[in-house]
Amino acid sequence: MSGKRLVRMTVNGSPVEEAVEPRLLLSDFLRQVLGLTGTHVGCEHGVCGACTVRVDGSTARACLMFAVQAEGCRIVTVEGLGPAEALSPLQEAFREHHGLQCGFCTPGMLMTALDLIEKYPLASDAEIREGLSGNLCRCTGYEHIVAAVRAAAQRRREPSS
Amino acid sequence: MTEPVETLAARPKSVGARVRRTEDPRLLAGQGRYVDDLAPPRLLHVAFRRSDMSHARIRGLDLEAARGAPGVVAVVAAADLEGLAKPLVAASRMASYHGTPLRPLAEGKVRFVGEPVVAVAAESRYLAEDALELVDIDFEPLGTVIDPEAAAAGDAPLLHEEIGTNVLVERRFRRGEPEAAFAAAAHRVGGSFRFRRKSPGAIENRACLAEWDAGRGALTLHSASGIPGIVRDALSEALDLPGHRLRVVAPDVGGSFGGKGSLYPEEILVSLLARRLGRPIKWTSDRLEDLTATSQAFDEIVEAEMALDAEGRVLALRAEVLGDTGAYSIYPWTAGLEPVQVVGFLPGPYRIEHYEAHVRAVATSKAPTGPYRGVGRPAAVFATERLMDLAARKLGLDPKEIRLRNFVRPEDFPYKIGSGIVWDRSGFTECLEAACARAGYPALREKQRQARAEGRWFGIGLASYAELTGIGSKISVAPGMPINTGTETAVVRIDSTGGITAAVGIASHGQGLETTLAQVVADELGARLEDIRIVQGDSDAVPNATGTYASRGAVLAGGAAILASRVVREKLLRAAGHLLEAAEADLEARDGRVTVAGTDRSMSFREIARAVYSEIGRIPHDKREELEATRLYDPYYGTTSSATHVATLEIDPETYRVTLGAYLVAEDCGRIINPMIVDGQVHGGVAQGVGAALYEEVVYDADGQNLTASLVDYLIPSAPEVPPMTVLHVEGELPATLGGFRGMGEGGTIGAPAAIANALSDALAPLGIGIDELPATPERLFRLIERAQQRQDNQSTGEER
Repeated sequence: MSGKRLVRMTVNGSPVEEAVEPRLLLSDFLRQVLGLTGTHVGCEHGVCGACTVRVDGSTARACLMFAVQAEGCRIVTVEGLGPAEALSPLQEAFREHHGLQCGFCTPGMLMTALDLIEKYPLASDAEIREGLSGNLCRCTGYEHIVAAVRAAAQRRREPSS
Repeated sequence: MTEPVETLAARPKSVGARVRRTEDPRLLAGQGRYVDDLAPPRLLHVAFRRSDMSHARIRGLDLEAARGAPGVVAVVAAADLEGLAKPLVAASRMASYHGTPLRPLAEGKVRFVGEPVVAVAAESRYLAEDALELVDIDFEPLGTVIDPEAAAAGDAPLLHEEIGTNVLVERRFRRGEPEAAFAAAAHRVGGSFRFRRKSPGAIENRACLAEWDAGRGALTLHSASGIPGIVRDALSEALDLPGHRLRVVAPDVGGSFGGKGSLYPEEILVSLLARRLGRPIKWTSDRLEDLTATSQAFDEIVEAEMALDAEGRVLALRAEVLGDTGAYSIYPWTAGLEPVQVVGFLPGPYRIEHYEAHVRAVATSKAPTGPYRGVGRPAAVFATERLMDLAARKLGLDPKEIRLRNFVRPEDFPYKIGSGIVWDRSGFTECLEAACARAGYPALREKQRQARAEGRWFGIGLASYAELTGIGSKISVAPGMPINTGTETAVVRIDSTGGITAAVGIASHGQGLETTLAQVVADELGARLEDIRIVQGDSDAVPNATGTYASRGAVLAGGAAILASRVVREKLLRAAGHLLEAAEADLEARDGRVTVAGTDRSMSFREIARAVYSEIGRIPHDKREELEATRLYDPYYGTTSSATHVATLEIDPETYRVTLGAYLVAEDCGRIINPMIVDGQVHGGVAQGVGAALYEEVVYDADGQNLTASLVDYLIPSAPEVPPMTVLHVEGELPATLGGFRGMGEGGTIGAPAAIANALSDALAPLGIGIDELPATPERLFRLIERAQQRQDNQSTGEER
């Protein structure tokens, strides 16, 4: 297909400029063009949430956006949270509470959880579960994910504890 | 100076500790390497044109337009692959069995919607899919074969004409005198239990990438598979390549649950094309392909009847089972895998002297069924546990009491059930007692009395089960399958830098085996956990492997790792004896150092390894030996895991939505390597059982179209649908397996559907409703309740007259 268009955005703080086909999904752009394979693709129809990223501070399904729609946007992917040798507190909470098994839903789960702990009081487990309901995990039964988010939210509220 | 040497048992153990997982940092940072993340230079992408017909003859194919499409490198159909691969057929020792060939692309006809017919290789997946639109297939519809009972009848259209029947397997089991027992019984209960078809639903779709090295004449296949060893051996046969020129790697794999536990046409296809085109080629399934062409699960009709004496002791059980196994006999497990094991596990953890069962696996024009978490046991436990509750109700006994009266008792082990499976000592009674104690069972019953008084539908469900895990070479994990699945090999090595590598043939896809096996090796070697690297999922790592399935990883790979580690430890101590000038009996290995007991003389593993391999004159020249060992472990029989689940729930009278209350599992999995990981496995299994019981169903219409081919239509439970869970570990007598481990990866899914079915039946008991079909969707519940209420209305109208 011809007719590539130039798209500019910042991804994890770095400016990016690429010529892409208008039909290229944002998820494929991140994975295949930029090589940021941490963002996973599980359904390509917006249900599983594995491809969840941040677009200008809000969570979005990278499989439901074209790359060209992210023109001028600030994108944050799982690679922007923290590297393996220096995990962020949220990532650490997932490790401590065994909030992941196969790890495939994890990047999307982390991006959603980050949004939850930053924006909502998360006063109850029911609220955490509702907040996670757009991200499917097939391994954990959610119990340990809920525990991880609860702990991360707690730590954010009371950093010294 | 002989100080008492500290024994292994007295040392602090890694096994049993809540160790954080080694694999987590990379997965949390987005640094995992799943198959679709791999992109070697000159990579081609393949997309499949799949059948949109249920059962049809391929009259003609027009591939010319697709071949001329932009970016297309090759377009192939079955005829283009002739002679490139030997067809594979899943074999069985069962006399009544009929195998079906596994081909990379449909040949002559198609047998289910989603079967691959044409493959397009192009410079990108986008371009490959563009070209698919240009493929023209002329189908001549043949009769659909959808209903399993109709498919088994003599006049049904045949899916495989050369076989002459759609019945691929038929078996009978019999022990004792069931007719006499039924004739003499004080009570009988029975039912027809239908467990509908489901999809494994791993969040990572299947994917495979083949690379041909022309210089070596060697193929490397990266596949999102749980059985890289079996795939290697099968491809070796199909492609006529020896193992040293054929490597199959399962890198990070995003869940399987059985869906990645069979050999697939796509794995053969990319291997053939990579060899032919001389370029790496990758296929990544989308969700539509996953829901239509990945192996599916269950789909059985279990007609079962139980005979009991006046005290509620089960005398006999008989069953007629029909399994709808879809279009092909899955490789390598066969069509017998699921339905024959339903019959195998029906007697459950109970003493039942007389048993009779007849099972048939019938082919229909749907996606093949294959292994799925629990295999046969979820449907068996659903039927048997419903029967136990029906019997309890009939006899006026509490569901807990009737189970206690019938469990195989501690003094009865080992106990052979009617199908021939032998239970070794397992905590059947202990799990039930522990579950009921923690759940506050009497208080729950009181809560229910109050709820009923208010007219609410609140139910409590128990389910107890036993499963055979860590199966050795005595039997095959798939009934009748001739492939040995009863051994695993481990290679443990300390290299010249002191690095410890343990390679095993199993393949982790979320189970955390890189962590748990390192815990096992650390204890046996006296090494530090962080010094150990586990290599798994790579057919080059060990001479023979199969993979991870059938709750075998900890038992078999753990056992092999223990044996190999013990040999390496002996070699290490022999070397240290020379270096430290001490008797081996006075040496102890701990935290990565060998110390002369009672002294401060010690050497690190690293210093010893360097002395052994790299330093001149440190070890007598004829005493130098490699710090490495390969050992094979075969538990021979296998071992029994067991559990009791307690579910509570309430049905909304307006929407028929089911809300589950706190869920409890008490289980006996022998010695626990890592309690955090065990809990996680149980939680995940229960969540899949919740899906199976209430939400998940693959639906085919009368034309064989799959109506649930997206995650909008195929409902996987999300966090609010899954209840909070508590897991109790009943530490009973350890099994005879090396390490004392039992398998526990599947149990959650085995118990939960039955517990939820019993809880629903308990909630609706005032209406006389028993659940005999799963999933119990709101629509099914609505119909059951509506019918029951009409029945009650009619009765009361009748009484008034």
